[in-house]
Amino acid sequence: MGWNDALGANPVEFVERSTGTWALVFLLITLSMTPMKQWFSLSAFNQHRRMFGLYMFFYACLHILTYSWLDHWFDYIEISKDIIKHPFVLVGFTAFMFSIPLAATSTNAMMRRLGGRWKVLHQLVYVIAVLAILHFLWLVKKDHTEPLVYTGVFILLIALRIAYKYRRFIQTHV
Amino acid sequence: MLIHKKSDVIPSEITSKENFENRRTIIKAAGASLLSASGIVTGLFNNNANAAISKQKINAYLKSKYGADEKLTPYDDVTTYNNYYEFGTSKSDPAVESRLFKPSPWTVSIEGAVKKNKQIGMDDILKLAPLEERIYRMRCVEGWSMVIPWIGLPLSKLIQWAEPTANAKYVEFVSLADELMMPGARVPVLDWPYIEGLRMDEAMNPLTIMAVGLYGEVLPNQNGAPMRLVVPWKYGFKGAKAIVKIRFSETMPKTAWVKAGPREYGFYANVNPNVDHPRWTQSSERRIGGGLFTRRIKTQMFNGYVEEVGQLYSGMDLSKNF
Repeated sequence: MGWNDALGANPVEFVERSTGTWALVFLLITLSMTPMKQWFSLSAFNQHRRMFGLYMFFYACLHILTYSWLDHWFDYIEISKDIIKHPFVLVGFTAFMFSIPLAATSTNAMMRRLGGRWKVLHQLVYVIAVLAILHFLWLVKKDHTEPLVYTGVFILLIALRIAYKYRRFIQTHV
Repeated sequence: MLIHKKSDVIPSEITSKENFENRRTIIKAAGASLLSASGIVTGLFNNNANAAISKQKINAYLKSKYGADEKLTPYDDVTTYNNYYEFGTSKSDPAVESRLFKPSPWTVSIEGAVKKNKQIGMDDILKLAPLEERIYRMRCVEGWSMVIPWIGLPLSKLIQWAEPTANAKYVEFVSLADELMMPGARVPVLDWPYIEGLRMDEAMNPLTIMAVGLYGEVLPNQNGAPMRLVVPWKYGFKGAKAIVKIRFSETMPKTAWVKAGPREYGFYANVNPNVDHPRWTQSSERRIGGGLFTRRIKTQMFNGYVEEVGQLYSGMDLSKNF
């Protein structure tokens, strides 16, 4: 196969890593929509929030598919052992499980049906982000630079939300 | 018709010749210091520059029975997928960042529990025993493996030359950590220099070699030139590269990865499918060179070298001494 070379010496690892990285990037893009609206009134982006979230889910699906097919050939005994024994796999798997209900309730119809509960449910995205970042941090052997960059971006996005709420509170109460 | 258009440039904006020359010097100096001090520049060069480095053939070496039936991992994979943190933490780093590395001249110091501290040059090491090819499986703790045709000499020959005393229970290998030639050694990801070690009986085992070449060629820089340890029944990180010092001692050496993560990496680090790692499955491995649709293979006890080394560990609890 001609494209083995382009994917390096360990193509399965390469595809596994890339799909995982893209899922995390889209997760952080999704989370940056609210601060963009709050701070820069860039609500034009906000209407794409759902699509970005679904892109994240798409890459997470590819990631899981690569893991269970190309890496483990659907050997469920091996896969369950891997999940139970290795904390980084467990948190990654949990993050994926949590993202399923979010993707399933992403339609307008579901938003209407769930009403106020939709917002509560979709707070899960923060839990998913924490788990996904832990997944990356624990996977790395020694050089944590790359996952720490993602951690930094995540902390910044949370800080912007808190700062905005604080500013609003000051403006309305003082 | 000649049109005399007035120049848009006002005289005060024109750079004087002196100033211009000065700027040249500054730019050149900046470029030169970047080259010599950072090594980052080497990363910008095209991969094809590799071809410029002459591959030196090793003329005379014996073939050996080891692994003659194994399918070899392609040369390009063996030389571009390397864990060698002195040249960067990404596996593609060493092939690029090691291009300016100079593996000769080279001397190795012999210290500790020996009759007399001494030094030996690479040329003399090569005279200690006839070189032989050993095709060995190499299993990385991260769950991948290769089959590499090493060329080297038994470590036992070098140890005999070193003349250790009766106090020598362990051998320690110290790698070079030259911040100038090894950009990764400027970053404290590990406690430099890299240190590895073996128990004396492990070091004297006929399987243990000092490799000086692979695929019929002098060892490429990214694989540990000019001389690296190969212990095929242990995880790959035991194979210290670019060794500058060999020290004999009565106590177990504090090795680099044990210092970095004592719960994850042990001194023995024998390949063992039954002792799991907190991160990686050790019961199976991915053989490099197979492509996207190749299945994992089962990892073998002592990487398949039970017959040769199993007796070294009889009576030991290998889940404790991992």
